[in-house]
Amino acid sequence: MKRHFSTIILAILLLIASISSLFLGVLEMNISGLLSGNIEQIETLLISRLPRLLAILCTGVGLSVAGLIMQQLCMNKFVSPSTGATISSAQFGILIALLFIPNSTIWGRAFFSFIAAILGTWLFVWFIQKVTFKEAVMVPLVGIMFGNVIGGLTSFLAYKYEMTQALSTWLVGSFSTVLRGQYELVYLTVPLVIIAFIFANHFNIVGMGRDFSQNLGISYNKILFMGLTIAAVLTASVVVVVGAISYIGLIVPNLVAMFKGDKIQGTLVDTALFGALFVLVCDMIGRTVIKPYELPIELIVGILGSILFIGLLFYRLKNGRKSIRLGTTNNTSCCSCTPKLEEK
Amino acid sequence: MMKINNLIKKYGEKTVVNDVSFEIPKGKVISMIGPNGAGKSTVMGMISRLVEPDIGHVEFHGQKLHHWKSRELSKKLAILTQSNNIQMKLTVRELVTFGRFPYCGGRTTMEDEEIIDKAISYMELDEFQDRFIDELSGGQRQRAYIAMVIAQDTEYVLLDEPTNNLDIYHATNLMKTVRKLCDELGKTVILVLHEINYAAFYSDYICAFVNGEIAKFGTVEEIMTKETLSDIYKVDFEIMNINGKPLSIYY
Repeated sequence: MKRHFSTIILAILLLIASISSLFLGVLEMNISGLLSGNIEQIETLLISRLPRLLAILCTGVGLSVAGLIMQQLCMNKFVSPSTGATISSAQFGILIALLFIPNSTIWGRAFFSFIAAILGTWLFVWFIQKVTFKEAVMVPLVGIMFGNVIGGLTSFLAYKYEMTQALSTWLVGSFSTVLRGQYELVYLTVPLVIIAFIFANHFNIVGMGRDFSQNLGISYNKILFMGLTIAAVLTASVVVVVGAISYIGLIVPNLVAMFKGDKIQGTLVDTALFGALFVLVCDMIGRTVIKPYELPIELIVGILGSILFIGLLFYRLKNGRKSIRLGTTNNTSCCSCTPKLEEK
Repeated sequence: MMKINNLIKKYGEKTVVNDVSFEIPKGKVISMIGPNGAGKSTVMGMISRLVEPDIGHVEFHGQKLHHWKSRELSKKLAILTQSNNIQMKLTVRELVTFGRFPYCGGRTTMEDEEIIDKAISYMELDEFQDRFIDELSGGQRQRAYIAMVIAQDTEYVLLDEPTNNLDIYHATNLMKTVRKLCDELGKTVILVLHEINYAAFYSDYICAFVNGEIAKFGTVEEIMTKETLSDIYKVDFEIMNINGKPLSIYY
């Protein structure tokens, strides 16, 4: 039971936040109105509030799980959809769709975006595997550079064909455009996260290295590319619907891992819940600060995310690789008296 | 049954393993020794299917190694290399549980859990089982990896330079464990070692490599002679008999 303590707490918090977010907005809506069958209020709920909430939840889950998978497979804690060229590749795919099929549907754009995101992520990982870096920090730097090159290419093409206006929706993430009929694609995250959960152990083992996985009878390349594909499609399906949101895929998995370790089976649900909660809280802040207007989610996530990230770095500097233990502290302290002898 | 037939491996122009053939005696400890670049680790890689030979093949239970299904092979043969990601925040128990992966995929049964418990106790890791491997000392971590290999429950255990980065105390303990794996659990253990005296004291057979070829393969007594060792390492050796085992002094 103790193991699932954090999961339960997160689930309860998410439920509370979800419900309260439904009643947050310009148009009046309250429980008594809904119960008495006020058509306008029910419509507000079904057309705008509920789709927005579901899109937010899927976004948080999708991006943080994508980040978790990428970090494990690349053996690098700083890799994520935004530092691994996945997001910028997805945007590039959308631009290509806009250029070649001007009146494409959301599914058409998604298709191009998936392909581009998958190829971009593969290329990035292939590159960092070819050129092994001594410093772990080099990997995300290369990823950011690579992402910027693709982003530059995207902007260039957008300028040339006067697409900047159309493209801007996908450059900065925002939930304000989420309405019924335009966001359902983001549900794709649900089956993908379930697949990720089924293959959690495979991803963990691949994260231990090529020899390690081969010893256990796992085809390293197959699982690596499958995992990256899942992460890329997860990311792209979010980017197509709400646009780019940075930091989530980087911070959420790292924070959860500090408490719960790297065993994906044990962290995936927490990561997904915390990711959803994080995005939801950021969105609620964005909606309340300058009421009745709203700030784009990207801005709030950026501010909160960078503060958390700096905190994370300071914690690492101070405590090294030591993890935060919840609940099990008694357990470890009573055992750690004897092994001290063997430690350096 | 493991038979190595005419293995050749080239990296670019350089032939690192040249026509190596020998048979691994079952239920024994076999050490592969030799100077740096003699090809022993590459041979180990080919025996364990991590490295594909250019020419020749390894025969394992009457079947060519690369015809084996990887998952099936991992129930018969375990390899531990030095190239594992040690940054991962996994507990010792979670690591050992991976040893059961070839049998159960991700879902362990009661039987698996029992085997995991036994493996952890066998390596005396009970009190560490909930600690993260990246917070352990080198010796403890190596023990955790060995526990995983025990949980993998294979007939053959291959260890690539297992004593690397360990101090004398931990290295000696590790070699004692290797002996126990063979004597108590009946496993065939193949090691790549740099310390000749560990090879001499704890193994049954020694396979000495020079320049990608087998210089000599035989029992410890056959290999541990002044002439053979001087030939292999190109330094002067003296052999002393301690506890009935021939140990070497080199200078």
